[in-house]
Amino acid sequence: MALNDLRLHDVHNKLNSKELSVAELVGASYARIAETEPAIKAFITLNEENARQQASELDKQLQEGGERGLLFGLPAGIKDNIVTEGLLTTCASQFLSNYNPIYDATAVRKLKAAQSVTIGKLNMDEFAMGGSNENSSYYPTRNPWNPEYVPGGSSGGSAASVAAGQVYFALGSDTGGSIRQPAAYCGIVGLKPTYGLVSRFGLVAFASSLDQIGPLTKNVEDSAYVLQAIAGYDERDSTSANVDIPDYTSALTGDVRGLRIGVPKEYLGEGIDPRVKEAVLKALSVYESLGATWEEVSLPHTEYAIATYYLLASSEASSNLARFDGVRYGVRADNPSNLIDLYRKSRSQGFGPEVKRRIMLGTYALSSGYYDAYYLKAQKVRTLIKQDFDQVFSRYDLIIGPTAPTPAFRIGEQVGDPLTMYLNDICTIPVSLAGVPAISVPCGVADGLPIGLQIIGKAFDESTVLRAAHAFEQHTEHHMLRPQL
Amino acid sequence: MSITTKDVEHVANLARLELSDSEKEQFTGQLNAILKYAEKLNGLDTEGVEPTSHVLPITNVMRADEERPSLPIGKVLLNAPDDEEGQFKVPAVLE
Repeated sequence: MALNDLRLHDVHNKLNSKELSVAELVGASYARIAETEPAIKAFITLNEENARQQASELDKQLQEGGERGLLFGLPAGIKDNIVTEGLLTTCASQFLSNYNPIYDATAVRKLKAAQSVTIGKLNMDEFAMGGSNENSSYYPTRNPWNPEYVPGGSSGGSAASVAAGQVYFALGSDTGGSIRQPAAYCGIVGLKPTYGLVSRFGLVAFASSLDQIGPLTKNVEDSAYVLQAIAGYDERDSTSANVDIPDYTSALTGDVRGLRIGVPKEYLGEGIDPRVKEAVLKALSVYESLGATWEEVSLPHTEYAIATYYLLASSEASSNLARFDGVRYGVRADNPSNLIDLYRKSRSQGFGPEVKRRIMLGTYALSSGYYDAYYLKAQKVRTLIKQDFDQVFSRYDLIIGPTAPTPAFRIGEQVGDPLTMYLNDICTIPVSLAGVPAISVPCGVADGLPIGLQIIGKAFDESTVLRAAHAFEQHTEHHMLRPQL
Repeated sequence: MSITTKDVEHVANLARLELSDSEKEQFTGQLNAILKYAEKLNGLDTEGVEPTSHVLPITNVMRADEERPSLPIGKVLLNAPDDEEGQFKVPAVLE
């Protein structure tokens, strides 16, 4: 098996037994990047000099012996909206093309404590707004399975990099599906934790009531290890949940006997590609054969989720992105005539079209006379959507369906039609609005493009989500397939 | 409810965005399409439903009012487009 195909745990063992050095591991990562990056374009910034230096320091530590954590020395990629001290963090925006953060996000600080190696910063849709990576203001990332296709988004660089074997794991962020959908399109595992489980401190805010950082990995076990490292209460995030963090890997028993699975009819109805539906039904039969049961259920407010999401997320974004004014950081426009003109010019030159569109939508929805009709109405519908999940979870342990209604689409196919693009998120957005955890795991391939299975759990019950995902993996080989690069 | 180019100009002003004529035209069409789609929410009766601002049962997160070290000014100004005497510098606010 190729080095970059190994599980985190196997790499860890090789480091511990000195069969492999961190320098070799990091060197292999950059060699793979040199080989595949021209076709994929997953990274915005590489951290090569620092990473190689860190590798030699870690190798010295290895020589001293002793126990090392599981992520010790492992090459990781970080989505470019998660701030990294001294390492350019652009959010794929021209506005932040020169932004060098002066602190680390809590998730990054935790990875540093675990001594993984940051290989570089990964491409994304600008400010995480988009589902295809075509909204990056630098260049679109391409799908490793077929470079004519999108990798998904907004964590498209994170998903493509892991799928291409450039890094062992990546951090992404998910607001309405931005970890799960690219993981599905790129044939890897992507986990959106429960809202509040992973600190948002240092995640450049898009929609604060929805944003969550999570891992993208090649398999479920790796996902559990990375989640273990980044989860936990943080007083610097006022919506961080003060809950006990279980040992996630101990949940990976392979045993799903007796699990009750609800399958929402709304997720397999109109608009779902028949090949996706077939792959999901096959996955359900795997669960049946393992002793779980499934039944059709209803999440009756699903059809309202996209409208609700775009009103709420855009409203929050219009407020969050007000901080980009060309005064404290970012690119300032030349020759402003006064302070207001400085704001206006800097923002107009710095933001791309999708970001402007969402700021406009959000500003409108929050503006005097429309607040009740749009923003408040959407917050009430959010309550109904959350209640849908509460009701199903009172009778079932998990909800399973597709991650996205179709496999990846062609680059350029949906540009210029924002509404159609938004409809790709129909299976992931309701989950985000409800704030519950969900994972996407590979469950098939259609015409050379991967399909993702979405496993949704109760709030803070990542253990059951991971257990079910892992059991599926143990009995199928979808996660072993690799793109030919 | 349908929005006009004039509405788009008003909202752009609130959002401190300067739009070209073609952007104004494009956003008028696209925002109308998105808002028309959003009107489907009006078909739902939400009488008596409490709004959800976020899903956690958390309100008013407090901490002890104790002094803590803040970031050094020199570091904070590292990303400033312009600064002077330890402060962010902007064009004149008053004429």
